[in-house]
Amino acid sequence: MASGVKPRVKVPKKAAAGDVITIKSLISHKMESGQRKDGSGNLIPRSIINRFTCDFNGQNVIDVTLEPAISTNPYFEFEAQVPEAGEFKFTWYDDDGDVYEETKSIAV
Amino acid sequence: MTVLPFRASAAAAEDVINEFTGGAAVADAGIDLTAPEIAENGNTVPVSVSAEGATSILLLATGNPTPGVATFNFGPLAGAQSASTRIRLAGTQDVVAIAKLADGSFARASKTVKVTIGGCGG
Repeated sequence: MASGVKPRVKVPKKAAAGDVITIKSLISHKMESGQRKDGSGNLIPRSIINRFTCDFNGQNVIDVTLEPAISTNPYFEFEAQVPEAGEFKFTWYDDDGDVYEETKSIAV
Repeated sequence: MTVLPFRASAAAAEDVINEFTGGAAVADAGIDLTAPEIAENGNTVPVSVSAEGATSILLLATGNPTPGVATFNFGPLAGAQSASTRIRLAGTQDVVAIAKLADGSFARASKTVKVTIGGCGG
């Protein structure tokens, strides 16, 4: 378990049905690239978040595959349609097998 | 494990592109890639991609030790086929975005980013 991983998502509380809204997401994670060396010259093993998904009421909005070239604390901004009231579900998949989840509901 | 020399991955980037497109022809229009001309800190370079009607967008940094950056797959509820994120760049290089459009064709955009301090440690 990577320590200090905290997901944060910004979703408007309300929208009109059919609106397109902007979602901003950030998760604190060190995103160790597997390229760096420690003080004694050994490679620090890769430890990143390799996938991020966003779903609304079970339908997919975006599914991102991340490589080590994504910065520390991976940040994403994207747009989503809101056909009805419901819940956005955000999921981050860590290299070490951990899955971090966050949900945000939206009213119309 | 050896550390690849800088820019060793330009050919690797072509391989990744061919894998993504299946060797199909790639058009130059239909995709927007926004990145700064000069990035002082290669550790966190803001980029955004946008391609109307794309099903997925592949983002590559051709001068990084490994060229892959991210692949965005858009679902049925995507409001627009666009996304922004922050990436690491090892040095001055071209950032390339390739979109797979709904009709199966591909579009490509690239932009040169000058990097003052590289972002891959090493």
